[in-house]
Amino acid sequence: MSVTETTQERAAPIRPNQGPVAWARANLFSTWYNALLTLLIAYVLVRAVPGIIDWALVKANWTGDAAACREAGGACWAFLAEKWRFILFGTFPDDQHWRPTLAILSMIGTLVISADRRFWGRALIYIWTVGIGFSALMMFGGVLGLDYVPTELWGGLPLTLALSIVGLVASFPLGVLLALGRTSDLPVMRGLSVVYIELVRGVPLISILFMASVMLPLFLPAGVSIDKVLRALIGICLFSAAYVAEVVRAGLQAIPKGQVEAAKALGLGYWQRQRLIILPQALSLVIPPLVNSFIASFKDTSLVIVIGLLDLLSTAKAALTDPAWRGFYKEAYLFVGVIYLLFCYALSRYSRYLETVLGQGRRR
Amino acid sequence: MSDSNATTNKAAAPPGRAAFHLSINNPIVRAVLAQLGVALAVALVAWYLVGNTMDNLARLSIASGFGFLDREAGFQIGETLVEFGPQDHYSTAFLVGILNTLKVSGIGILLATLLGVVLGIARLSSNWLVARIAAFYVESVRNVPLLLQLFLWYALLTEGLPGPRQALAPLPGVFLSNRGLKLPAPADDPIWAWVAALFGLGIILTLVIAAWNAKRQAATGKRLSLLPIGLGLTLGLPLLVLLASGGGAIDMPVLQGFNFRGGMTLSPEFAALLFGLVIYTAAFIGEIVRSGILAVPKGQTEAATALGLTRGQLLRLVVLPQALRVIIPPTTSQYLNLTKNSSLAVAIGYPDFVSIANTTINQTGQAVEGVLSIMGAYLIISLSLSFLMNWYNSRVALVER
Repeated sequence: MSVTETTQERAAPIRPNQGPVAWARANLFSTWYNALLTLLIAYVLVRAVPGIIDWALVKANWTGDAAACREAGGACWAFLAEKWRFILFGTFPDDQHWRPTLAILSMIGTLVISADRRFWGRALIYIWTVGIGFSALMMFGGVLGLDYVPTELWGGLPLTLALSIVGLVASFPLGVLLALGRTSDLPVMRGLSVVYIELVRGVPLISILFMASVMLPLFLPAGVSIDKVLRALIGICLFSAAYVAEVVRAGLQAIPKGQVEAAKALGLGYWQRQRLIILPQALSLVIPPLVNSFIASFKDTSLVIVIGLLDLLSTAKAALTDPAWRGFYKEAYLFVGVIYLLFCYALSRYSRYLETVLGQGRRR
Repeated sequence: MSDSNATTNKAAAPPGRAAFHLSINNPIVRAVLAQLGVALAVALVAWYLVGNTMDNLARLSIASGFGFLDREAGFQIGETLVEFGPQDHYSTAFLVGILNTLKVSGIGILLATLLGVVLGIARLSSNWLVARIAAFYVESVRNVPLLLQLFLWYALLTEGLPGPRQALAPLPGVFLSNRGLKLPAPADDPIWAWVAALFGLGIILTLVIAAWNAKRQAATGKRLSLLPIGLGLTLGLPLLVLLASGGGAIDMPVLQGFNFRGGMTLSPEFAALLFGLVIYTAAFIGEIVRSGILAVPKGQTEAATALGLTRGQLLRLVVLPQALRVIIPPTTSQYLNLTKNSSLAVAIGYPDFVSIANTTINQTGQAVEGVLSIMGAYLIISLSLSFLMNWYNSRVALVER
């Protein structure tokens, strides 16, 4: 719901094309301080870029071992060649890596199909059931001749994707309920929702994850143990529900009062009004900000490292502790960073696209 | 927004008929029942969870209550703003943690705001290169988890830098090594206290003059230019005193044996956390500033130019006050995010409140109290910060008539 995302870029004025010199004069050297800035930046780029190219390509080492890498002095892509499977899949059994690969593809496929507006509607429920069900089958196994893989062995990209996707889907109903509670007229519902939302939004995710990891086992009756991944998932759900609630509330407040009044005049009860009239309109208004909360929660799953889960960032960090390959942190973090960047950038472009498309009917 | 059945039906009831039917179809009865039900359900769940927790704690023979605060902590903390040793109590350790959190958040907010404003303006620059670089920065920094950036900064500042003997010295007296950033610091000299006092006095005087100036402008239409007066009072006066006294003593860091002595140290943990937080948050603030400036209608600029305002006046009197209204609320939440994100310190070993509470949990086993202290501390910080920002926002907000 940030202002940033809703403000449209101002269209550039149309200028007659007068060739590169005129372009440079207009865009790089229009005033004396612009000229100075351009020269300064050009100087810095000239100094820095050759060094980066040298490191990443010229002096880089693509094969061999750590000793060869240290000798070459550049980037050690051999480190990634050695470790990429561990970084992507964690401790999942080596001979079964095709399973997390299929799970990743299935989750990404589900996201890509849901991004297409033609499928919006009841079809999405089936698509998600199939896509997420298939991923779960691949990850857990245990049936159809697949070996069972406990969640302790999960790691890397599939875990990151699972935590963020399942986290968002599972937090959504609670978030909508909290939003309805916060806009309700009943003081008890409103009070409880406000306290929950403000409490969760006022504390860092780490404290919620600590709570899920150390307090959740205490909450349960003696003898009941709870899976570590599930604990993290519960923490993430409780956390993002508060943020989803605020996004949905913004949508609820944007629906004109006349809609509620008309629904009441038709004799619809509270839940019928919400389900048939209010929520369909409110939720479609807040799809772009919901995508933004998904981006935030996707990045936030990296915090599960503090409770000892092996997500994409933790596997990269763990790969660096191999005594044979110490010190190649730039390569490791670059690799993981690019994966995060691809996902988040694609999602944020999609959110901006949705804003323009969905906003068309509403803009005056 | 959704009027409850209760109020609507009351309004719709024919006048004069105030009879109250105690039936399940009566909206008031339903509302009361629904609320009672929810309250009861929440209470039951809470009772069940607390009961289980009590049982479990008793079974594991873990103490409860905050009695541990008065016990000896027994651990050492790397950087502290107040004196702390292993024989001090947990309560002192908590204080150290809170102060460390406040230190990194406070400096972080200040620097992130500065960098963010520069970025926001740079993205709107008429210089193509500047705008492109700012856009590249914002897009790449916003889309990578902060924790990854912190790890990278920490690795760069520890593994990536040489030892103290080969330390990089970008400026005289500034040394960058894997032991942290060494800076010259004011030595123990009374003149510095005077300079600090004068600086504070200068700020107060400037505020007084600003208030007088505003009143005078309202009455007579004349105004003094505040910038030179303010700069002269806050910076010029202390500088003058400093020069007149022959300059204060400065404690320069010098290499001695295997490490530096003297000067001021920014530990690699603190520096990595600060860099990470500032660079990450500035990208978000930059976007907010950009959209705030774009939100001011072009007509405002044109009208101000038509009135003959200079470019400086145009920005200061017309564009900025209107942009601030859009900028302040989302910036507040970025400040809160920065403060909450400072808890990631635990992952790189800066002793902030979370990492000290975490150590305490590990030592005492009192997880419930530890987590509750973390939440309580952050709630207090968040609420005070948002209260402060809301007060400021109400001052710049549009007064609608």
